[in-house]
Amino acid sequence: MPKLSMMEAIREAILQEMQADPRVILMGEDIGVFGGAFHVTHGLLEQFGPKRVWDTPISEAGFVGMAVGAALTGLRPIVELQYADFIFCAMDQIVNEAAKIRLMSGGQASVPMVIRAPQGATGRGAQHSQSVEAWFMHTPGLKVVVPSSPYDAKGLLLSAIRDNNPVLFLEHKLLYGSASPGGGKALSDPSLRPIGREVPEEPYAIPLGKADLKRPGRHVTVVATMVMVHRALAVAEELANEGTEVEVIDPRTLVPLDLEAILTSVRKTHRAVVVSEDVSRAGVGAELAALISHDGFDYLDAPVERVCAENTPIPFAPPAQERAIPGTADIRQAIRRVLSGD
Amino acid sequence: MSVSPELLTPVDTSGLEREELLDMYRRMLQAREFEERLYYLFLTRSMPGTMHQATGQEAVAVGVVSALRPDDYVTSTHRGHAHCIAKGVPLNEMMAEMFAKRTGSCKGMGGSMHLCDFRTGMLGAFGIVGAGIPIATGAALSAYVRGSGQVAVSFFGDGAINSGVFHESLNMAALWKLPVVFVCENNQYALSMRVEQSSAVGVLSSRACAYGIPGVRVDGNNVVAVNRAARQAVTQARRGDGPTLLECLTYRQRGHARFEASHYRDQAEVAAWEQYDPIIRLHNALVEAGLAVEDELATLQQKVEAEIDEAVQFAEASPEVQPDDFWAYISDEAAYA
Repeated sequence: MPKLSMMEAIREAILQEMQADPRVILMGEDIGVFGGAFHVTHGLLEQFGPKRVWDTPISEAGFVGMAVGAALTGLRPIVELQYADFIFCAMDQIVNEAAKIRLMSGGQASVPMVIRAPQGATGRGAQHSQSVEAWFMHTPGLKVVVPSSPYDAKGLLLSAIRDNNPVLFLEHKLLYGSASPGGGKALSDPSLRPIGREVPEEPYAIPLGKADLKRPGRHVTVVATMVMVHRALAVAEELANEGTEVEVIDPRTLVPLDLEAILTSVRKTHRAVVVSEDVSRAGVGAELAALISHDGFDYLDAPVERVCAENTPIPFAPPAQERAIPGTADIRQAIRRVLSGD
Repeated sequence: MSVSPELLTPVDTSGLEREELLDMYRRMLQAREFEERLYYLFLTRSMPGTMHQATGQEAVAVGVVSALRPDDYVTSTHRGHAHCIAKGVPLNEMMAEMFAKRTGSCKGMGGSMHLCDFRTGMLGAFGIVGAGIPIATGAALSAYVRGSGQVAVSFFGDGAINSGVFHESLNMAALWKLPVVFVCENNQYALSMRVEQSSAVGVLSSRACAYGIPGVRVDGNNVVAVNRAARQAVTQARRGDGPTLLECLTYRQRGHARFEASHYRDQAEVAAWEQYDPIIRLHNALVEAGLAVEDELATLQQKVEAEIDEAVQFAEASPEVQPDDFWAYISDEAAYA
């Protein structure tokens, strides 16, 4: 089996679906001859031509809105936003149109589109570093996918493209596994590791709404997404040497959420830590902690701990960014807190 | 403000078939009567939500849509009843939607500002000003990719041309010569704001020059003139020569919404424009050209009123939306096909 980076796995999913389904088109900035800011669409313009690969001007609201129109009329567009931060330019078209048209139309129409967006803090400063998932979890009508491995990314993207609803597919820049403008240093992050299975060449679907057990354990449940899965696994390895068995659950999709998989784990461990790179206030961690605390109340031996980014725009200076974003030390401390019951 | 007489053009029916003209007359009457009945219903009983009348603007919707094929696409605005009626959305279902009934166009989930009917190519009225512009442009891109020969029309008001998506969409549509027609329904007011206060240029169609596309201003209360201009724009779009910005100068005879009294404008201005009502103008032109007699047009009027009566009866007799209905519509879990 070929070893693919996440960037290659995502490209393979797009390529295979474009080959299989002529309704799939791509739209986005610099996705043509340049191959995408993170090289994901490399070669696709040459292979499929400009009728399938639309290299757009810098008009996020315009081309996201156009993708909505195309999705309503028989195509299945995949939109690439160069950075997730730019998604806010297209908020109206995503939140007020894409997410609401199915309900507003009384089920007459669906909006089968995927919005891919690279996110996460990689030293580029506040407007190229955000983790945006909570904004879209908060918008009924959207699905939100947050892969942590190449295997998951390929299978989840195939499901996202085949889904009849608007799906936000978030890709962590640190996980692409290839050099990217300003992102080369990411490769030396010691907490990143090859996880999950190798990527089969043939198309395969991972259903949206199915969590993955990334590491079994019996003392504490850590629910983490994207890069935080890697950091949680690094901590789990370390704590295993001390006799603490950490179970790491990767929801893989935040909407729909496989709450049952999380609760099954909590019923076994009686302790839960949720780890997410978005800011803590009204964020992913808040939602997961509330759900676990309520639905798993009878099983919990300690309050659910949240490990999330500080409530700040992401600062540029590396030490400041490092402080703002959850690291392995933060995860380790949170695990110790729930285990000690302090 | 005085009515600019140079913008008012004679309703010249030459070159159009009598049946086409009568159909346009009938559609305008349907739109007018639908909204007048709605206005009465809002005044006399408890109706859900709100509604925005396009009284006096019917020639824009009907003139443009009469230039389209049935499978062409339209996007509309919060003031969208006339566009829907012109596109052939069933009146019974539209009225049932106004009553928030299960038999409504949108099963009672959309309401007046979000009407749509995908069977007739009506992709949606959008309650966000300007939102339909990129969506129509995307439908045009889709038609081009699929090679279907369809054209998309986006209706929007003078308020929407100041939104960012107007610029972004016109640029991309022009860049890629997409089969779309941008119809600016200039009714001279964005709620209370006069167009002179919101647009740096007075002739809105002149903005087309920024995109290298034709910009055409037409007497929007003259359904025949609108239809002629629309035919040209639609033909150009369908043959692959790209979009047109068609500005239809008209006037909103009623308030912005429901009972809004328009204290921000002179009632003499409203009265002046009422003289140039598009339905009266077509009526007079048909009679003067000998294409119809008064009795015939009066009969048509009665027929339309009966259709609206029936629509109200249909709506009243329809089942109510049940509180949990909405759960079925949030997402589509049908199998991939």
